[in-house]
Amino acid sequence: MNKVVSNAEEAIRDIHDGAVIMLGGFGLCGIPENSIAALVKKGTKNLTCISNNAGVDDFGIGLMLQTRQVKKMISSYVGENAEFERQLLSGELEVELIPQGTLATRCLASAYGMPAVFVRAGVGTEVAIGKETRTFDGIEYLLEHAFNADFSIVKAWKGDTHGNLIFRKTSRNFNPMMAMSGKISIAEVEELVPAGELEPDQIHVPGIYIHRIFKGSDYEKRIEQRTVRKR
Amino acid sequence: MLDKNGIAKRIAQELKDGYYVNLGIGIPTLVANYIPEGMNVTLQSENGMLGMGPFPIEGDEDPDLINAGKQTITEVAGTAYFDSAMSFGMIRAGKVDLTILGAMEVSEDGDIANWKIPGKMVKGMGGAMDLVAAAKNIIVAMQHVNKAGESKLLPYCSLPLTGVGCVRKIVTELAVLEVVPGKGFVLLERAPGITVDEIRKATAGKLIVEGEIPEMKFD
Repeated sequence: MNKVVSNAEEAIRDIHDGAVIMLGGFGLCGIPENSIAALVKKGTKNLTCISNNAGVDDFGIGLMLQTRQVKKMISSYVGENAEFERQLLSGELEVELIPQGTLATRCLASAYGMPAVFVRAGVGTEVAIGKETRTFDGIEYLLEHAFNADFSIVKAWKGDTHGNLIFRKTSRNFNPMMAMSGKISIAEVEELVPAGELEPDQIHVPGIYIHRIFKGSDYEKRIEQRTVRKR
Repeated sequence: MLDKNGIAKRIAQELKDGYYVNLGIGIPTLVANYIPEGMNVTLQSENGMLGMGPFPIEGDEDPDLINAGKQTITEVAGTAYFDSAMSFGMIRAGKVDLTILGAMEVSEDGDIANWKIPGKMVKGMGGAMDLVAAAKNIIVAMQHVNKAGESKLLPYCSLPLTGVGCVRKIVTELAVLEVVPGKGFVLLERAPGITVDEIRKATAGKLIVEGEIPEMKFD
């Protein structure tokens, strides 16, 4: 078992045109920066990207929108990206907007081997159109299906050679469920250590879910809204 | 007439000791500045955090620590982090006591629209649909009329819905109103110096005025 690859290029080598990929992160927090850069460099086209947001114009998934590599986005909120909104309104980009909790839970369903879940979010709205419903205790729910992603790409703080992952603060967000959901799951980490060095009780995602892991470099970790108070 | 901080200050009076609260983007975020001294209120951020603190002191920003509005924030004593699935799990399971969010429109049956203007604005619903579908108690913080001068309190919403029959209370620059499905917007309080007539003029949906309507009280 060797899950360790040397860099992002090697990790994403077989992501093919038309692939369905999950990308972890919330806003620009906890996004797999190295892998996105490698995808832009590789020029993989017609991608379906499942990710809560679409980055900003010049960072994150926004970079892949600039190069028109994305055919479809499945997201919950895309408000910070003017190029995204332009492509969406002009019909160049296919977009499926789904509630954030539904997105997270559909990932979780994939991770836990469940084909679908019932949720209340979206009942009575356009999100419910065409979806199967069921009533439990007098309350209506929508049937929401698990995702079926070819690849998932996540960013963790620390990882070991077995693929065990630990996340830091709110950069955890969608990363664990997505890490557990891809047919091939790729993790990029800030710190990669030999198996045995991470505290077993602290591990957020066990390595069984991870197929490839590499130590990323040059993290920019751009801040989207820098809010401070005076010293 | 209240300003944004005034609306936030009035909403803060709805907080209770021990509450877990989710604050939406905009005016709701300001409510955090008016939590009464000594009251224990835990703020939930739906990206995956309980115990959200104030903005960091300049220079201490951590890119791995942001709220649902993507703003840099801080921890407090007792903060817990978790993934977004667990975050919406606790929301869905009704563990969050109060959700405060903004709206473009609210109907007299408590329907809310706040995520899309067809053909114009498509930002997405984020966590709003999950929150309004699950929260036990939802307060909407918004302006009574939009920039075009049209009422945002309507017989029914014209924009795509975020949730159906879920809003309990609305606080605007003019009034505090309770939404009673099948009845309408029940006027509870007036903003300082605002008359019932002014509120009636700004309300397109059915406004219920029962007896003397008191003015909001601030300490």
